[in-house]
Amino acid sequence: MNIVVCVKQVPDTGSERTLRLADSTVDREGTDALINVLDEYAIEEGLRLAEAHGGEVTIMTMGPARASESIRKALSMGADKAVHIVDDGLAGSDAPATSEAIAAALGRIEFDLVILGSESTDARMGVLAAMLAERLGLPQMSLASEVEVDGQVIRIHRQADYGYDKVEASLPAVVSVVEKINEPRYPSFKGIMAAKKKPVETLSLADLGIDPARVGLAASGTEVVSFAKRPPRQAGTIIKDDGDGGEKAAEFLAAQKFI
Amino acid sequence: MAEILVLAEHSGETVKKVTCELLTLARRFGEPAVAWAGPGAEVARDRLAEFGAAKVYVAAGPEFDEYVVAPKAELLAGLVAAASPAAVLVASTPEGREIAARLAVRTGSGMITDAVDIGEGLVAELSIFGGAIVVHSRVTSGTPIICVRPNAITPEPAPGAAEIVPAGTEVSDAAKGARVTERVVQEGGERPELAEASIVVSGGRGMGNAENFAMIEKLADALGAAVGASRAATDAGWYPHQFQVGQTGKTVSPQLYIAVGISGAIQHRAGMQTSKTIMVVNKDAEAPIFELADFGVVGDLFSVVPQLIDGIQQRSGG
Repeated sequence: MNIVVCVKQVPDTGSERTLRLADSTVDREGTDALINVLDEYAIEEGLRLAEAHGGEVTIMTMGPARASESIRKALSMGADKAVHIVDDGLAGSDAPATSEAIAAALGRIEFDLVILGSESTDARMGVLAAMLAERLGLPQMSLASEVEVDGQVIRIHRQADYGYDKVEASLPAVVSVVEKINEPRYPSFKGIMAAKKKPVETLSLADLGIDPARVGLAASGTEVVSFAKRPPRQAGTIIKDDGDGGEKAAEFLAAQKFI
Repeated sequence: MAEILVLAEHSGETVKKVTCELLTLARRFGEPAVAWAGPGAEVARDRLAEFGAAKVYVAAGPEFDEYVVAPKAELLAGLVAAASPAAVLVASTPEGREIAARLAVRTGSGMITDAVDIGEGLVAELSIFGGAIVVHSRVTSGTPIICVRPNAITPEPAPGAAEIVPAGTEVSDAAKGARVTERVVQEGGERPELAEASIVVSGGRGMGNAENFAMIEKLADALGAAVGASRAATDAGWYPHQFQVGQTGKTVSPQLYIAVGISGAIQHRAGMQTSKTIMVVNKDAEAPIFELADFGVVGDLFSVVPQLIDGIQQRSGG
């Protein structure tokens, strides 16, 4: 079973993130860049499925040259090879354009499953799996907290507010996973050494046959009108509990008309 | 006046509150028209009329519950082509965003997720990077598709005709790729949904174990609130994962958020710091969560919270 796992390099959520004044895109210079933490669950699930059913795991990412660091991390966890979609013309692409480029790259290879994290920690849209399923005409098996493959059939638990839906489809399919699905492994020293020799194919817009006018910031379907730091919240009332802290809290709630 | 298409979120014939919020917003920009997928519209009609729906496009087939997302996107795409709405509003829930995503690809439109307000020129306001930055953004291509965060808008009634208009119910085979074989409803049924609740009470590492979450539930029930948990608490297995509030869990912005035994790591703050009023109970006066507190108690939660529950019950006659 051949599996493609899509990953994204994002600014470290622990650092102070902002937008660039020049073009209102994410400022990636001033922060550390890490693999999107939610994608690690997708990598882990891909590796587990390949271990159980045989086949290869290919990492796919779209991003600047620096994203190769995230590719190496994914390869060091145990993936076999990688595809890096990299082209200056892609900078500032919105989600539909990103999905177009990734769908085009997926169209060049044979696969049974595409697995993604449920969302990225920078844009937090949670839309890419649905967009890829739409573009590729494949079953959308998203928000999975459990994945099981049985021959040509895939079954998942799709997380919902009320619990979950059991969902079934035929392969190939597009899957996204939520973090409760597994515990991602750490790369071993052996894995880190092996990753250096694993093949990484780079693809440009020309390789993908995509008109540069369709992607990048200029083609984005949205524009930022303005942005600003959120003003700090006004300092609140902090009391030390002297035996009546709970009662004081109830008084506050009553004064605010919550009770 | 141009139509503003609103995708109804509903559970059977029960209209979810976020649908009334979307209708309230839609009235600012045009004539609200509801897209209703699945059965129940006849009963729900009165509620939709109360919040100003001029039309209710109904596709009553069972396929909308039987297959994942694609049939709803297909219905909306058909309505966008037929009615040329000025915008499409969808709830910014995980499923709502996925429906919007497929619609954006189908119609060649731009989309915005997690808007907390929409102003003149359909400029959406949203918070990014865990609420640290406020962005105003607008769609510049196709039909603007905007996903609005539940609870961000106060629903206001205004009468509408809510004329029922049958919409095509033929769902294509292409949209039937992922079939729902069973719906599993888990605990927490009596409490409001986390994303929709106007009050949320969350517990964190300070709770110490799973059993102590009963106290959080008791406080939540005294206030008619939903229960949430920090990642530390869900990772420890003290409370089910779907109730996690934070960067990797749910984002909530209720009228009142009560954080109990939560230190306020950025991971948690990202999911709750746009709440209107925030109350904190924590024994560590240095905990960063106090920076967000409108009212904070530095003390042992095991004595403060039971007293708070008593205080609420006395005042509400419970």
